[in-house]
Amino acid sequence: MKPNTSNSVLEKTWDFFSSVRLTVVLLLTLAATSIIGTLVPQNASPAEYFQTYGPFLFRLFSLLDIFDMYHCWWFQLLLLLLTANILICSLNRLSGTWKIVFVKNPPFVLERFRKLENKAVFTDSRPLDTLKDLYVSKVKRRFRYVRTEETGKGFCIFAEKGRWTRLGVYAVHFSVVLLLIGALIGSFFGFEGFVTLGEGETEQHVRLRKTGAVIPLDFAIRCDAFHVSFYESGSPKEYRSDLTILEGGKPVLKKSIRVNDPLHYKGVSIFQSSYGRLPPRRITLKLLSTETKMEYIKEVSAGQRIDLPEGAGAFVYQDFKTRYPFRGQNLGETVIGSLVPPQGSAREIVLPLRFPGFDRMRKGAFVFSVQRVTPRYYTGLQVSKDPGVWVVYTGFIVMLIGCYITFFMSHKRLCIELTPRSKGTRVQVSGTANKNKLSMEAVIDKMAKDLAA
Amino acid sequence: MSSSLILSVITFVYGFSAILYVAAWVFKKDAIGKTATWITLMGIAAHTAGILLRWVESYRLGIGHAPLSNMYESLIFFSWILTLIYLIVERANKNRVVGAFVAPIAFLAMAYASLSPNINDRIQPLVPALKSNWLIAHVVTSFIGYAAFGIAFGISIMYLLKQREGGSGGRLLALFPEARVLEALNHQMVMFGFLFLSGGIITGAVWANSAWGTYWSWDPKETWSLITWFIYATLLHARLMRGWRGKRLAYISIIGFGAVLFTYFGVNLLPGLHSYGK
Repeated sequence: MKPNTSNSVLEKTWDFFSSVRLTVVLLLTLAATSIIGTLVPQNASPAEYFQTYGPFLFRLFSLLDIFDMYHCWWFQLLLLLLTANILICSLNRLSGTWKIVFVKNPPFVLERFRKLENKAVFTDSRPLDTLKDLYVSKVKRRFRYVRTEETGKGFCIFAEKGRWTRLGVYAVHFSVVLLLIGALIGSFFGFEGFVTLGEGETEQHVRLRKTGAVIPLDFAIRCDAFHVSFYESGSPKEYRSDLTILEGGKPVLKKSIRVNDPLHYKGVSIFQSSYGRLPPRRITLKLLSTETKMEYIKEVSAGQRIDLPEGAGAFVYQDFKTRYPFRGQNLGETVIGSLVPPQGSAREIVLPLRFPGFDRMRKGAFVFSVQRVTPRYYTGLQVSKDPGVWVVYTGFIVMLIGCYITFFMSHKRLCIELTPRSKGTRVQVSGTANKNKLSMEAVIDKMAKDLAA
Repeated sequence: MSSSLILSVITFVYGFSAILYVAAWVFKKDAIGKTATWITLMGIAAHTAGILLRWVESYRLGIGHAPLSNMYESLIFFSWILTLIYLIVERANKNRVVGAFVAPIAFLAMAYASLSPNINDRIQPLVPALKSNWLIAHVVTSFIGYAAFGIAFGISIMYLLKQREGGSGGRLLALFPEARVLEALNHQMVMFGFLFLSGGIITGAVWANSAWGTYWSWDPKETWSLITWFIYATLLHARLMRGWRGKRLAYISIIGFGAVLFTYFGVNLLPGLHSYGK
């Protein structure tokens, strides 16, 4: 038995990480555990979780970080182990593959080709000497590397192609490492923030999604206008924010952004993410006098106080609510005003936009209703910076090319042995491929037919 | 004639061809098999016309977009690409028994699209999130992957039937391709599907980054596509281990297709960003 030195511990660790068994175990574990986070909603509020799962499961899930599982230590550890496994597996096998791929004179052992089951044999009526150049030129059309050797009785042609395709699998594995590096660069040097801007507002700070911290930008963003449009069916057609980038108070860039059409400035990208209504600045009121049946139209701005006709006092536009609960029902967008009679104290009046007759209930001197509001929006912008994204994209491209090479290309080796016969020449075509052996049979058949023609 | 009508008719054409493929296998009649192939060929020609007509109709409605924007349209495309790949496999392998196990999948997808009351076959305008050049690339690559996995699923079932009680049992199973051919075919379909599933996930990530500013956000659909990717990656690596050829790979391929179906349908039951796929 070997002594248990530190060297053998290292070797054991290396062997552990270089096994395909570990790869299979890790992939299946990742697949199984990933399911959890799709069933348990992620990053909701603790109160919601407590209500849904009860005290026991809540504590258990909190302990296991199930509520943010894709970013927790044990899931990241699994990803890290997989990456270590990929790296060490690749390093372990690369030196062997390297020696096969980068060789000046690829070795061919005639005996091995003779033993192959995969072969085609035919007799060419022409003599051996005339066939040599003809065959070599035909093989050269299909294979990059061609070499001839004397066999004693006759000669043989060795040919091969696709030696480099053995490296495809390393490209795929390297691409996974690139994805990890790109993700790490993004999480260390990038940020994901959020800002809401009312129309006309300017902001130089964004709130980070993860920590809630507020960080300054090198520039300011102004929302000049927000537009939303709908199809006839009522489903949304377009969300658009007209933005201006300002540096030192001066506008340097103007762009309208939409979903799928963000703005990029100084490595920071600004995306259309959400929107909402703001209290309108100006509203138009219709006043119907109960006594004289006269109609008056009045415009009023937020906070402004206007005098009412017929000496009925004054009105102040106090507030605007997007929802207003009334006897268990939501009245929707509602203007809250304050009515100041000539004598006595002010009272609140409620003017829901959807129900113009609502104020009749009050039985006052005037029935107030809101005739028109000029809608005002705010836009929700995702502001993010990810310098790792190009590493990730490179990884994507390398992965696709690598997969194609690994799956659909192979290192093919061919041996054509020619032996003189009393009449003509005996030709035997055989070959191997490092993968997809079935397609190699087709290659051999084609080659044999081509030579016999 | 509207595209929805053509596509409803195709459902019955595919149903008929599936019955013929099964009949050709059970009654060992080559003539029936040939008829099945011809009917499937005519079916896919009309199917292609139906998809193109739907594309044209959307432009006539003034909301022109590729017919790949909701559950109905994706099922129609899935069935189309599955049938197309199957016909190529049939031609390459000169065996129609596979059709008895794959043609029913195409029929079921069409039937579900045309007959389910939960699926709307109206042409709808695109919501802002879907207005992107990535829509076609993402949906096409994803569904080529799904279709290849669907065929691998059918082949894996055949493999398990063939290998039951060790080797050549029964008159009907004798008509199957050899076990090693089925295994190779399963592997080829999985490799093909894996390449396109990777492409689907990647185009989706690039699209998400241009729409929302993040290429991966662990939403349920993304996560399930990754789970599917992990399962098929397991299959590709398990082949390298001793004793993991044959039956176990067929089982993984079947589980993998289960994950594909969940990614496609099941995720709609969970909350997330892909809600327009409903």
